Amino acid sequence: MSKPLKQIHLAAHFPGVNNTTVWSDPRAGSHIEFSSFAYFARTAERAKFDFLFLAEGLRLREQGGEIYDLDVVGRPDTFTVLAALAAVTEHLGLTGTINSTFNEPYEVARQFASLDHLSGGRSAWNVVTSWDAFTGENFRRGGFLPQQERYSRAKEFLATATELFDSWGADEILADQATGVFLRDAKAGSFVHSGRHFDIHGQFDVPRSPQGRPVVFQAGDSEEGREFAASSADAIFSRHATLEGGKAFYTDVKRRLATYGRRHDELLILPAATFVLADTDEEAGELAKEVRRQQVSGATAIKHLEFVWNRDLSSYDPEGPLPDIDPDVGTDHISQGRAQVRMYRDPLATAREWRELATAHHWSIRDLVINTGNRQTFVGSPATVARTINDHVQADASDGYILVPHLTPTGLDAFADKVVPLLQEQGVFRTEYAGTTLRDHLGLAHPDSVDDRVAS
Amino acid sequence: MSSTPPAQLHLAVALDGTGWHPASWREQAARPRDLFTAGYWADLVAEAERGLLDFVTFEDGLALQSSRYGEPDGRTDQVRGRLDAVLTASRVAPLTRHIGLVPTVTATHTEPFHISKAIATLDYVSTGRAGLRVQVSARPHEAAHFGRRAFPPITTAELQDPAGQERLTELFDEAADYIEVVRRLWDSWEDDAEIRDVATGRFIDRDKLHHIDFEGKHFSVKGPSITPRPPQGQPLVTALAHQAVPYRLVARQADVGYVTPHDADQARALVAEIRTAQESAGRADDPLHVFGDVVVFLDDERTAAEDRRARLDALAGEPYTSDARIFAGTPAQLADLLQEFAEAGLSGFRLRPAVAGHDLPGITRALVPELQRRGVFRTAYEAGTLRGLLGLARPANRYAATA
Repeated sequence: MSKPLKQIHLAAHFPGVNNTTVWSDPRAGSHIEFSSFAYFARTAERAKFDFLFLAEGLRLREQGGEIYDLDVVGRPDTFTVLAALAAVTEHLGLTGTINSTFNEPYEVARQFASLDHLSGGRSAWNVVTSWDAFTGENFRRGGFLPQQERYSRAKEFLATATELFDSWGADEILADQATGVFLRDAKAGSFVHSGRHFDIHGQFDVPRSPQGRPVVFQAGDSEEGREFAASSADAIFSRHATLEGGKAFYTDVKRRLATYGRRHDELLILPAATFVLADTDEEAGELAKEVRRQQVSGATAIKHLEFVWNRDLSSYDPEGPLPDIDPDVGTDHISQGRAQVRMYRDPLATAREWRELATAHHWSIRDLVINTGNRQTFVGSPATVARTINDHVQADASDGYILVPHLTPTGLDAFADKVVPLLQEQGVFRTEYAGTTLRDHLGLAHPDSVDDRVAS
Repeated sequence: MSSTPPAQLHLAVALDGTGWHPASWREQAARPRDLFTAGYWADLVAEAERGLLDFVTFEDGLALQSSRYGEPDGRTDQVRGRLDAVLTASRVAPLTRHIGLVPTVTATHTEPFHISKAIATLDYVSTGRAGLRVQVSARPHEAAHFGRRAFPPITTAELQDPAGQERLTELFDEAADYIEVVRRLWDSWEDDAEIRDVATGRFIDRDKLHHIDFEGKHFSVKGPSITPRPPQGQPLVTALAHQAVPYRLVARQADVGYVTPHDADQARALVAEIRTAQESAGRADDPLHVFGDVVVFLDDERTAAEDRRARLDALAGEPYTSDARIFAGTPAQLADLLQEFAEAGLSGFRLRPAVAGHDLPGITRALVPELQRRGVFRTAYEAGTLRGLLGLARPANRYAATA
């Protein structure tokens, strides 16, 4: 039986505030200046990518009570950068990660609706949740939200924003100069929302935008996060980029769609993926090791171990053996403001496992961190990487990838120049943009047509 | 009169929909169907830049426009709906090179942390041309959009009585705290905090990043910002003020205050009042521009401008009134008025075009050449940043150790 070839979706993640991003390379440019963002976005658009993706961090990370200084630090404001990028691109989708805890629905809805107008229908919202009091210290309400309520607030936040997006019909602005009627209906934009987290009413002040609503992404991986995505998201920014892990996640999430009356193709699965390219697979393998060493300096290795040990390990030699002492399993964590902390749920077991690995392989602390940390997803020649990505997508390990280069702003160049043409030759990636909106690129229906279908 | 050359005027234009007259959208030149497109705003700002203006402001609010202060008016015959001002300013920033971009933000309902990094980012995107215009809102219907505070109903008249004044004072004090936070966050990274020291593996020198530890009556903010110090160090802070309470905000926190005198005597009195408030705030030596807001109908003949005003008033069904002086006349007559106001102590003007599509080109193509002929307006952009255009130095960082 021959299944038609799936078309691959590709996105470009601006290099992030973490140790994937290599700033020590002489080629590494500014991650703040607009010229970097413009270069990166234009490269993605030249390669006919679906969209550009910006992550979020609302407080500088700290470790041991001090601002963490070993990775790239700082980033510009997401909405402001995306609006400016709309001026230097024509087709590229613009996806921003925006928190549902330290914002209000009315403001976020008007920002996304505005971005959608100003970009001619290219906006997308990656809805994330947080709850920590650490981040809350930068905001009026402080850390007001208990952890267990973060999804409850996120769901209601998105539902409320959707009510605001939908409060305007597509044809409300008549602007009829002859008759003097500007607005078809004085009640345009009316909304009432009364819920556990939000009790608001009035009239929304941004008319219906080209896409109706921004495309909605969800990034959470927990049971609750998956249900949230299956019920309300258009796409998932997932962390499951391997073939087997990807297939399992894909199957699991797509299976949940039916519960919400949604079709299989109404939710795209787009894992984040890193890559290393060279002329041959062998060279790429060598280069990948080199990049890993750039990503994990001795100092970074010690700090990474401190996440697990939850104590100051600055006296240890990164090129030496792992600490004999056990992790501190107290409640206060040495690291604040980052997601990885939650990955090590049983630090004692992790420490035991790492010691065994280090002994077996004769690894130093730095070797261990390099070898147990995130390896690059796709490593090889352009042909190998193109084939692997296509195989993964056709095997339903994903619908495409959000690529995370390790260099700003040129990290996407080689992929754009060498891998994309191969995918295009194989007929699995667009050679021209077929439509104008991000929904067009992603094959997602306009909400008005979906609503009509559901209503009928 | 002295023989010194006449003082140079600064000129800004306030952009609001199709213009400040409520019937402006009915005019041929108005393009009301384009209001929600980037191209419309890009064209207006390009026109302003062609006229070498110092900056444009973008009006905004957190509710549909209304002819009543504290509630929606249910009208369908005027422009309703708008785009977020910060995003609009950012959208046009890469398309312009010299002109300052000053969006309006509402302190009452937004987060100073978000706005600080948004304006810092606008400053990066525009390479040093960003500012903000801060406003407060006592409007119950805007508060209801957020559901965090409930404001009792209020009219413009009631804002003037003692209870109304008390509410305004509270809101403006909060706005002053808000700007204090915004400004501290802009300084929370020293200029040379990013060191990229490969030898030690350190990307930043964390001793050059600072918690701002602001604690006020309404909120506390820890910091530092997530965005490094913007190109101008401190982007421009501006505010419109009509009375003593907001004058105090201008005196305490602004680089430019907009006032609405109707004649030269009023202008003189307003400037004096602001200077006094500035002294009380301990900022007597800080540069603070006081700009006059004027609504303009500009035509080659005074009668044409007056006829146009009358025609628009007839379309609107009522005469247009404004907090600011309404001028209808020729470019030379407007230049006379501005120079008269300037002699009373105003250092610049924020002109509000009655019809953006008509009166903005009137400003850039007729008023500006007239002012240039009189030797009181620039003939080329002379500085690379908005602060530079306004003669404001790049400020030292409040947290930097002065060795």
